[in-house]
Amino acid sequence: MTDDKDVLRDVWFGRIPTCFTLYQDEITEREAEPYYLLLPRVSYLTLVTDKVKKHFQKVMRQEDISEIWFEYEGTPLKWHYPIGLLFDLLASISALPWNITVHFKSFPEKDLLHCPSKDVIEAHFMSCVKEADALKHKSRVISDMQRKDHKQLWMGLQNDRFDQFWTINRKLIEYPPEENGFRYIPFRIYQTTTERPFIQKLFRPVAADGQLHTLGDLLREVCPSAVAPEDGEKKSQVMIHGIEPLLETPLQWLSEHLSYPDNFLHISIVPQPTD
Amino acid sequence: MPSSALWAVDLFGRVCTLSTAAQHWELCRDAQLEFKRVSAAAQCCWGIACDHQVYVRVSSSDVPIRRREEAYENQRWNPVGGFCETLLPSDRWPWSDVSGLQHRPLDGVALPSPHWEWESDWYVDENFGGEPTEKGGWTYAIDFPATYTRDKKWNSCVRRRRWIRYRRYKSRDTWAQVREPVSTARPLQRPLRGGWEITDEPVGRLSVWAVSLQGKVWYREDVSHPNPEGSSWSLVDTPGEVVQISCGPHDLLWATLWEGQALVREGINRNHPKGISWSIVEPPTSENGIMHVSAGVGVLWAVTKDRKVWFRRGVNSHNPCGTSWIEMVGEMTMVNVGLNDQVWGIGWADRALYFRQGVTQSELSGRTWKAIVAGRECDRSHSGSSSSLLSAGCFFGDEVRGSGESCGPSDSEAERPGPEPEPAPEVTSPASTPAELPWTNIDLKEPKRGPSHTATGFAEASDLSSLGLLPLGLEEPEGADGHPLWAWVSGGGCAVEAHSTLKWFTVQSGLSPSVQTLSLSITPAQTAAWRKQIFQQLTERTKRELENFRHYEQAVEQSVWVKTGALQWWCDWKPHKWVDVRVALEQFTGHDGARDSILFVYYVVHEEKKYIHVFLNEVTALVPVLSEAKHSFALYTPERTRQRWPVRLAAATEQDMSDWLALLNLSCCESRRVHGRPSPQAIWSVTCKGDIFVSEPSPDLEAPERPLPCDQMFWRQMGGHLRVVEANSRGVVWGIGYDHTAWVYTGGYGGGCFQGLASSTSNIYTQSDVKCVYIYENQRWNPVTGYTSRGLPTDRYMWSDATGLQECTKASTKPPSLQWAWVSDWFVDFSVPGGADQEGWQYASDFPASYHGYKTMKDFVRRRCWARKCKLVTSGPWLEVAPIALGDVSIIPESPGAPGSGPSIALWAVSDKGDVLCRLGVSELNPAGSSWLHVGTDQPFASVSIGACYQVWAVARDGSAFYRGSVSPSKPAGDCWYHIPSPPKQRLKQVSVGHTAVYALDENGNMWYRQGVTPSYPQGSGWEHVSNNVRRVSVGPLDQVWVIADKVQGSHGLSRGTVCHRTGVQPLEPKGLGWDYGIGGGWDHLSVRANATRAPRTSSQERETPGPVCC
Repeated sequence: MTDDKDVLRDVWFGRIPTCFTLYQDEITEREAEPYYLLLPRVSYLTLVTDKVKKHFQKVMRQEDISEIWFEYEGTPLKWHYPIGLLFDLLASISALPWNITVHFKSFPEKDLLHCPSKDVIEAHFMSCVKEADALKHKSRVISDMQRKDHKQLWMGLQNDRFDQFWTINRKLIEYPPEENGFRYIPFRIYQTTTERPFIQKLFRPVAADGQLHTLGDLLREVCPSAVAPEDGEKKSQVMIHGIEPLLETPLQWLSEHLSYPDNFLHISIVPQPTD
Repeated sequence: MPSSALWAVDLFGRVCTLSTAAQHWELCRDAQLEFKRVSAAAQCCWGIACDHQVYVRVSSSDVPIRRREEAYENQRWNPVGGFCETLLPSDRWPWSDVSGLQHRPLDGVALPSPHWEWESDWYVDENFGGEPTEKGGWTYAIDFPATYTRDKKWNSCVRRRRWIRYRRYKSRDTWAQVREPVSTARPLQRPLRGGWEITDEPVGRLSVWAVSLQGKVWYREDVSHPNPEGSSWSLVDTPGEVVQISCGPHDLLWATLWEGQALVREGINRNHPKGISWSIVEPPTSENGIMHVSAGVGVLWAVTKDRKVWFRRGVNSHNPCGTSWIEMVGEMTMVNVGLNDQVWGIGWADRALYFRQGVTQSELSGRTWKAIVAGRECDRSHSGSSSSLLSAGCFFGDEVRGSGESCGPSDSEAERPGPEPEPAPEVTSPASTPAELPWTNIDLKEPKRGPSHTATGFAEASDLSSLGLLPLGLEEPEGADGHPLWAWVSGGGCAVEAHSTLKWFTVQSGLSPSVQTLSLSITPAQTAAWRKQIFQQLTERTKRELENFRHYEQAVEQSVWVKTGALQWWCDWKPHKWVDVRVALEQFTGHDGARDSILFVYYVVHEEKKYIHVFLNEVTALVPVLSEAKHSFALYTPERTRQRWPVRLAAATEQDMSDWLALLNLSCCESRRVHGRPSPQAIWSVTCKGDIFVSEPSPDLEAPERPLPCDQMFWRQMGGHLRVVEANSRGVVWGIGYDHTAWVYTGGYGGGCFQGLASSTSNIYTQSDVKCVYIYENQRWNPVTGYTSRGLPTDRYMWSDATGLQECTKASTKPPSLQWAWVSDWFVDFSVPGGADQEGWQYASDFPASYHGYKTMKDFVRRRCWARKCKLVTSGPWLEVAPIALGDVSIIPESPGAPGSGPSIALWAVSDKGDVLCRLGVSELNPAGSSWLHVGTDQPFASVSIGACYQVWAVARDGSAFYRGSVSPSKPAGDCWYHIPSPPKQRLKQVSVGHTAVYALDENGNMWYRQGVTPSYPQGSGWEHVSNNVRRVSVGPLDQVWVIADKVQGSHGLSRGTVCHRTGVQPLEPKGLGWDYGIGGGWDHLSVRANATRAPRTSSQERETPGPVCC
């Protein structure tokens, strides 16, 4: 395997085995069996959990059901974060399958956004894509696209159709040959240890002297705490799609190959597990 | 795009070159000479050194410049001694030239200059018009001069034979002094590559003009690629004293007069390389005369005495004088125009080199000047500072004696401590970053530098070259900002495409992302640890997160995706025409991830809605069919292949077509699980449009019984544009473009219209190709006016294609498709078969007939061929193998079962000029190889093929076949050629050698099998006819025979250029029995030489005797 295209496939077809269990305080008519599912890493929880919802609603009374939400070890799971990011950030050190608790009551208004329909997910997804393109190409590419191309991006994600998605998305990762990369790299850095939801700054893929910026350059600039000092012990893991790229990986390459479908590089910084 | 070089001279007279592919100047290593002027052409560079002598430097190349000397030995028969040297008194010399008029003893033939050496001793030529002669090479006739024959007859009274000796030009990559120098110094000159682009004859003619110190203009006769020095100088009269001269790559020649006017040479053409007359062009302003001119293909740039730069409007071949001057921004000491009208200049104030940005065919004057900041190669050991200083004095000394003397050569100068004129390439002072030149900020007086030359001094020395302006006594060998100071630049050998990106304008940084390495060594990015880490971790992640959980349900299951659109369809019934259709591609993914795709074409006939549908897993090829007007493609299935009637669909725009084509291709490849790089065994082919297709051979393709029918082979397109492609089972693939450029496969896939998923991320490069479009001008003779363009009513169009059936005028003829763009104007093609007269006309008694190049009494019609070049730019997994252009190539097929035999893979080629070449250092890791080894021949060759046991066969342009003896891994070029007689009355054109089988094609489409080839007698005994109607043959390592057949009839149509497989080829039946017909309709070339996959053996085969073994 030497072709970069294979990375795109691996990223797209990443799956997390998940076990959904109903929250113990939910009122059921019968006992609720856990539900097992392979979740696509690049998708969104509320987009791929229709089956889960159906499964648990079968054992519940209609009046006990309000909006579904998910929680892992006490943390409500934000549906507007890609699944892979949630897993890497919160559960990467736990054993598989990933145990998610399903709630139908007491929606945590201060932690989560409501998700009444798939249109909301689509709107969120498209706004991320547009924001990413604004950073990469001053929105030139996305605004040149037709409405049906936008739809195809979304449908590709919703239907888990790699080629449907990528026939359009490839235009979003092109850049003029005379430049060495995008204008700015669309990225977000997440940490569990801080209150701040994520770090997002303007960062160019190429330095003034023509050198390509690396992942390490980015972290040193915007999140120095994530990088271990030269001689010091490694305190944290830098994860994208469940892997830890080396710090010398060029950022432009990462952005082209390891971005989520929303065209952002979602980087999780989690404490180094102690053996 | 092949790289070419810019030549320049710095203030110390050192000559440097800057390749279009490089970032650094490279010093021409020649310690002794310092130059004042250089003038470059593609292959060579002429220069005038400080010793006022003219030198020429010919670039080295793997193909030697060799010229044949020949002499004839004549004998007459007499009853006493038989044939002897005693001739009759009225006879010719016993040793003569071909006409017999010149005495030419063998020892009297001398080398023309010390730059030549003999290749071998004299020997007798035993080849007579493609036929081998008897020993001794004698040809017989009744008398001198008469028709000579090979056979001695009863009335053969005289005989003659030809002696041959080759001489070789040896002074390559060094400055060779041109003898008979223009005695007086300071000629400025610039070669003109007159006409050689238009016709091959004479090969690579170059016009070299020079100006002597007295202001006289000289022309160097007979300068051409095979004769780099030319023969003699001849004086060309001028109306005044000339200061400087410049000629463009084609037929523009301008000069400047002492008085400040410009001289334009009129009437330069193929027959009059020196032109006919001069015209005078007045300078833009009367007070400031023209100091310097430089001509291009269709432009002229000038510098006046006030250092202003001017562009001449309206200059072209028909109007060499142009119409008016336009003042350009900038102050230059000189400007120079390159091969395609790109312009370089040397800034007056800073002596920096500038390149004109934005010069295109539509905007010849360009937009801005941009400084070239490429550093010089850091090689201090060669800098030779003392000699440079010495020469500097000499350099300035030219006519500026008043001040020049002061810094003339002197020992004390040489001992000046520590001058280190070699700038380090990494000089990164802020001023050397690329920047548009701030012209407004330049102080024109610049008084602080150049104390000895003030503005008045300049005015007095108005006739001086720009060199005289140079401030003397410079303390610094470099400009203040560290760039080299330039004195002269010549772009006459430098071809910069309008939109190509050059690396000249940035100081080298640590990383250049698009480095093209010719050796194809794997780029650091691919081996980098970070990349490996990502691949490895992703694999581990997939294993960790998926392996034990495969039984889990997928969150998103089965889906249908439909892409619809409007296309046009070439309907199946008569009258055939394009009809509007709706198309829909339905892709269904099942639970197991399996794919099914169906293409529906909905059409309306008699107001009734109907449709046809195609299962994409049955599609065997998707072929783009780009024409002048339509963006269409053809879709083949086995059934459609048999019918010779593909489904043809056309899209409204090119983008729309590529989208559909890419999507359909992707679906086809998915359904057949074909992706990534083709296997080393792949079968490669090329269509007549230059599109490249690859097929993965299934193991039963060459099964002795019931082989896979070849209409079921799936052909996948690769990006790029080629005319020839040849492969070998170790993954080495070479191609040749229509412009004879050699290309090597990089291991990528996709490119061209296959972007995104269908294309590999690396190993895809820009590729271009050039070909000519030909039309004919036809005329008929009438008694009153002679030949006119008024024909008889029954005649063909007066402007037509070659057949005369289609009207083709200069204005209406378009490039072959929208991918192509014109890159030249129409020109007369003189190299037509049959010959042409001075104006390119060919005569015949009537249309259509055989044409000849001279007029006779019976010729009532004449025609001439006009050609126009067009160019295509695409991309694909190909890298150029510079610099030698090829006509044919052959890679050794690997013997089946034999493990990779040795590190080096034998590859033979024929250059476009007919030289036979053997590539050294070709391996899997370095498929481009390292260098060419020239294999001497007595005549130009056309085709070559090497068999699995190092049997090399070749075909010469005269149609005769040759076998090369003793080729082996240790002796890659073999020892000598054996002339093999051609089949009777046939001229061969191609040969292909498999494991042991040898097949050849003649010009009439007959295919011949070589009989009696044995290990002890590899030349074989005779030719046996196998088939007619064959255009190209490829014999593979299993001795399998595949051809491109000219015409194959199907149930629905006829296809030209069809891939056919010889069936029934067995060790005891090497010629096979019949044909199996595959994909067709415009296929031009095929190589099965990589497929050594033998079908799994059945017990019945094991009893058979093995085939003849050759080594």
